[in-house]
Amino acid sequence: MSDTRSMNGQSAGPGPGARDRILANVRKALDVPGGRADPREAVVDLRIAERRRHLLPARATLPSADLRAQFASYLIRGKASVIDVADLAGVPLAIAEYLRSQNLPLTLRMGDDPRLRDLPWNTVSAMTVKLGRAEPATDTVTLSYAVAAAAETGTLVLASGPDNPVSLSFLPDTHLVVLEAAMLVGAYEEAFDLVRKTLGDRVMPRTLNFISGPSRTADIGGIPVMGAHGPIHLAVFVIG
Amino acid sequence: MAACGTLKRMKPTAADFKANARVALDDPQLQRALSGLPTGLVAQRTAAKAALPEFEAFRNIGRDVKNHMLANLDLYLERYEAQATANGAVVHWAETASDACEIIAKICRDVDAKLVTKGKSMVSEEIGLNDHLEAEGLRVVETDLGEYLVQIRKEHPSHIIVPALHLTEQQVEAEFREKHTHLPKDRPLPDPASMVAEARAIMRQNYIDADVGITGANFLIAETGSTVIVTNEGNGDLTQSLARVHIVITSIEKVVATLEDVAPLLRLLARSATGQDISNYVTFSTGPKRAADPDGPEQYHVVILDNGRSDMLGSEVRDVLRCIRCGACMNHCPVYGAIGGHAYGWVYPGPIGAVLTPAQLGVKSGRHLPGASTFCGSCASVCPVKIPLPDLMRKWREAEFRQGHQTFLAKAGLRTWAGLAKRPWAYHLAARFAALTLGALGRGRGGFRSLPFAGGWTKHRDLPAPQGRTFQQLWAEQQKGLAPDV
Repeated sequence: MSDTRSMNGQSAGPGPGARDRILANVRKALDVPGGRADPREAVVDLRIAERRRHLLPARATLPSADLRAQFASYLIRGKASVIDVADLAGVPLAIAEYLRSQNLPLTLRMGDDPRLRDLPWNTVSAMTVKLGRAEPATDTVTLSYAVAAAAETGTLVLASGPDNPVSLSFLPDTHLVVLEAAMLVGAYEEAFDLVRKTLGDRVMPRTLNFISGPSRTADIGGIPVMGAHGPIHLAVFVIG
Repeated sequence: MAACGTLKRMKPTAADFKANARVALDDPQLQRALSGLPTGLVAQRTAAKAALPEFEAFRNIGRDVKNHMLANLDLYLERYEAQATANGAVVHWAETASDACEIIAKICRDVDAKLVTKGKSMVSEEIGLNDHLEAEGLRVVETDLGEYLVQIRKEHPSHIIVPALHLTEQQVEAEFREKHTHLPKDRPLPDPASMVAEARAIMRQNYIDADVGITGANFLIAETGSTVIVTNEGNGDLTQSLARVHIVITSIEKVVATLEDVAPLLRLLARSATGQDISNYVTFSTGPKRAADPDGPEQYHVVILDNGRSDMLGSEVRDVLRCIRCGACMNHCPVYGAIGGHAYGWVYPGPIGAVLTPAQLGVKSGRHLPGASTFCGSCASVCPVKIPLPDLMRKWREAEFRQGHQTFLAKAGLRTWAGLAKRPWAYHLAARFAALTLGALGRGRGGFRSLPFAGGWTKHRDLPAPQGRTFQQLWAEQQKGLAPDV
């Protein structure tokens, strides 16, 4: 075997030629001609168009009641709170109750999502609701709406945008998420399909965020600690 | 060496492996830090694997998915680039480490950056990015807690997913007291939680003040033009979402076709790495912030590095490009467990490093690493994408022999061995002679505390004395039915 040389060798420097030289070297390594006549072109295009699923684990294909129980149990194991709410109209009261139980002020920040904005916030008299991105230091509690969730690991899926700014998910100490039970599926692949249905084919938000618990680290002595850089608490309100 | 910058931190010392290993074995702090591996990451992986009955099936899928991507790497890179660009990304290509550093430095200059925050990225370690940017007058802050610890100690990571694995809780406390001089000297730091809180408070302002946020990528997705990061702390998300500019530094072998191809790899990655079912945060980033978005970066750059990988693709070690950087091979390696990561002397330690380092630094500099193996096979048996790591190490050993980098003694020993092994009659004779003489000499105590030419063995354990007959003799007798119980 010969030494690989690129690291020690001379490059022509960054610039437009680098791309073609790298791809040419890949083709040389694969011993393929390249160009439109390459039979691999059709194979690759088909794979991207088909988006064929591989195996789904059994834990992702349970009956829906079991999926919901499993979803909650994995989130709770991951140190999140899970609160069942009968309908969307009950969310403000459920949030107020949670915040009081945590000894937190009844103030929260959320994006301009009509599904959250139009909730009956006036049912909680002392609640202050601000719209927009999270402001550091002042916004300690935020609220987001999940576009999907996967029960195979207790994972929420959030899509960034004006309705749910990404800073809401990472800046506060306490992050609240509303999930409608109809958006809870078993596998990641099913969650991806829900995102495609909501946003469009091959369309992604600036960030699609899988969240499976509050922020954590084990970088000091291997000992798990919650609240490394992101939220210290995560509470999920499952609706319906 | 083409890694850029002044190389204060990442001067390769792989050629000094033997000396490094000796120092590591005699370092009591390191030995204490390493002692947690079997009950920590190893046990956690075992439990996570047991909780997913399809784990073995997913290993085969993971191997096949990555093999397909590598066989069509040029085409998937082209499609990734087209889709990412259509979504507003600026894609850059870097043949070497210094090219990648220069591309990133230029982006920073163009936006007049002063402060750069950085999420965990092994590719950024590989190219020596921090040193390069600091030489340009930028302040670079590592935001992953482990990387931050390593940065303030002016070290480099000793593990690819747990950068400060070599440090004990007590060392971190001492480090914080020494470096965080703006805080009261006698403040209580009784446990990791209090130290994490201290680091969290310090890092907050950096995220907000940063001009540029740099992250790595675990995967690139051709279908959507996205980059994917996987973290537990959320630092990578604050890094990329609060800065004006997000730069992703990644490498060519990270591309996969679709979200469906990423799903099985995600199921393997966290379970193999930390024994979690999934890492806390998996983030798919696509383009800069949209017009109506109230937050997110205004610019989104992706720097795709080759740095020897396209050469590896056409070599005997091609399979190593399947690696998804979980660290399971080092967690399970008896050599890594004894000496830690720094002794390997280059960015990637453990079995994966023993295969990558000779490819990146050359056979001569990296020659000790493929030899630093018991060939027990644990690494291959836990690898989520079934890389035959011992086989690949053997390829490097053969290359080392062919290129004549071994010592005179090793060469002479191998030649003698080969001479005997090719002549069974001579081998049997030599074995019988050794068994008889050693057996006779050691009969009294049953073993030897020291032997000429075998000091390396007898320094740490006795050599048992042979019990009389050789294996070949026993085997021949058993075949004749004389000794059925052997």
